[in-house]
Amino acid sequence: MGQKLIAGINIDVNDEGYLTNSSQWNKEIAVEIAKEEGIEITEKHLAVVNFIRDKFLKGENLTIRSVGNSGIVDIKGFYSLFPGAPMKKAAKIAGIPKPSSCV
Amino acid sequence: MKKIVILGAGTGGTIMANRLRKLLERDQWEITIVDQSKTHYYQPGFLFIPFGMYTKEDVIKPKMNFLPGGVHVIFEQIEKIDATNNHVILNDGVILQYDLLIVATGTHTCPEETPGMTGPLWHKDIFDFYTIDGAIALADFFKTWQGGELVVNIADMPIKCPVAPLEFAMFADAFFVERGLRNKVNITYVTPMSGAFTKPRASKVLSALLEEKNIHIVPDFYIERIDNEKKAIISYDEKEILFDCLVTIPVHKGDPAIGVSGLGDEMNFMKANKHTMQSDLFPNIFVIGDASNFPTSKAGSVVHFEADVLTENIMCAIENRPFTASYDGHANCFIETGFGKGALIDFNYDTEPLPGSFPFPGIGPLGLLKETRANHYGKVMFRWIYWHILLKGKEMPIDSKMTMAGKKL
Repeated sequence: MGQKLIAGINIDVNDEGYLTNSSQWNKEIAVEIAKEEGIEITEKHLAVVNFIRDKFLKGENLTIRSVGNSGIVDIKGFYSLFPGAPMKKAAKIAGIPKPSSCV
Repeated sequence: MKKIVILGAGTGGTIMANRLRKLLERDQWEITIVDQSKTHYYQPGFLFIPFGMYTKEDVIKPKMNFLPGGVHVIFEQIEKIDATNNHVILNDGVILQYDLLIVATGTHTCPEETPGMTGPLWHKDIFDFYTIDGAIALADFFKTWQGGELVVNIADMPIKCPVAPLEFAMFADAFFVERGLRNKVNITYVTPMSGAFTKPRASKVLSALLEEKNIHIVPDFYIERIDNEKKAIISYDEKEILFDCLVTIPVHKGDPAIGVSGLGDEMNFMKANKHTMQSDLFPNIFVIGDASNFPTSKAGSVVHFEADVLTENIMCAIENRPFTASYDGHANCFIETGFGKGALIDFNYDTEPLPGSFPFPGIGPLGLLKETRANHYGKVMFRWIYWHILLKGKEMPIDSKMTMAGKKL
């Protein structure tokens, strides 16, 4: 656990760079974290990020398939927006904990 | 006369019918249980069938054997729950009115969710062992298989019993060693998770165990489709893994009736409070077992622990008291590791599986998160316990709340 200067603000993050206090999140932070992940944020990225933040804040389960059913993007599109590990990258950018993938 | 309707006569529904019939006066409460199938499957036994350790007869019994007298039993499919009018519509048009509804409709595999899965190779070179038909087809295949690439793939989470695929891989290792074929069989474990299991400490121990058994793990693989000609599984980011025999754990979903009734999430798992087990939307609807969207294992031990909580909370609801019981996500799973040994994990929503001894701190006789012979016998004995004690809703010597005693941090 530590702090990191992101977009000019000190943000609480864990060892892997995930925000530990999701209320500190804003759009500028999303843009910065995305850059570190090699992603140039577009409106599409933000729509997905907002969708998963919303699900997380409501305490709902998050899976790749649920994003694929969101109507914003299909699973293929989700992978091309956040290459490699879309859920982990999107969660990091969305300022929520790393998804533990449902038990 | 007030009415309780239980949807599903699997593990959860059967336990609840037994418990509630004992607690509620017959002249005040009518209990009805509905299921589409007359057969009760001992699902933990499916794992043993491909390796010839159990036969079909070992895992099936009539549902009626486990349901108590004084309960109406209806064998019919459920079409819809009309929650605003407090009734359930069955496929044959019958309408069941209820005061309290318990949803115990479980989860099932959906191989058709993955393109190519149910194509020409289905049950020829591609098998599931989460259905009785798949498990039997795989047992027949293994009898004459001469080896090649054996790929075990989890399509998506959540699945029933998240340790079963691991157990399958380790059983396969032992099976082919015993047949003198292990040098001709490559076993690859392909998972959408970042490691062998969902929780970090257990994942580390189990990953090491797989490596020791020369089972290769491919993590972060999210299957999109199966190419039947090439015999390959292909991920959404176009990674390819070739197989000679694919053992798949297909996508799981809740009952379609939950979806059409507007009570579920996008996978038809019922949305409910993970502690009280009450529906988020309707206070007279409760859920138990695999049918829920709770972030814990979909497993028999979970259902059994949940039944303690749900029984208490239903009595609270009936007597207009605030809920007094809260489910903590407790799960307790034996893990068969092959060659007559097994491991055991015990965890809940907040505490991941830890090493230690169980159920008596320092004594055991079962060891947590390590391979022992006692753990294997625990699992073997469990089938008897399941049929004779658990389904009947009788007391078990393990508390529904997880305890830290005997665990090492």
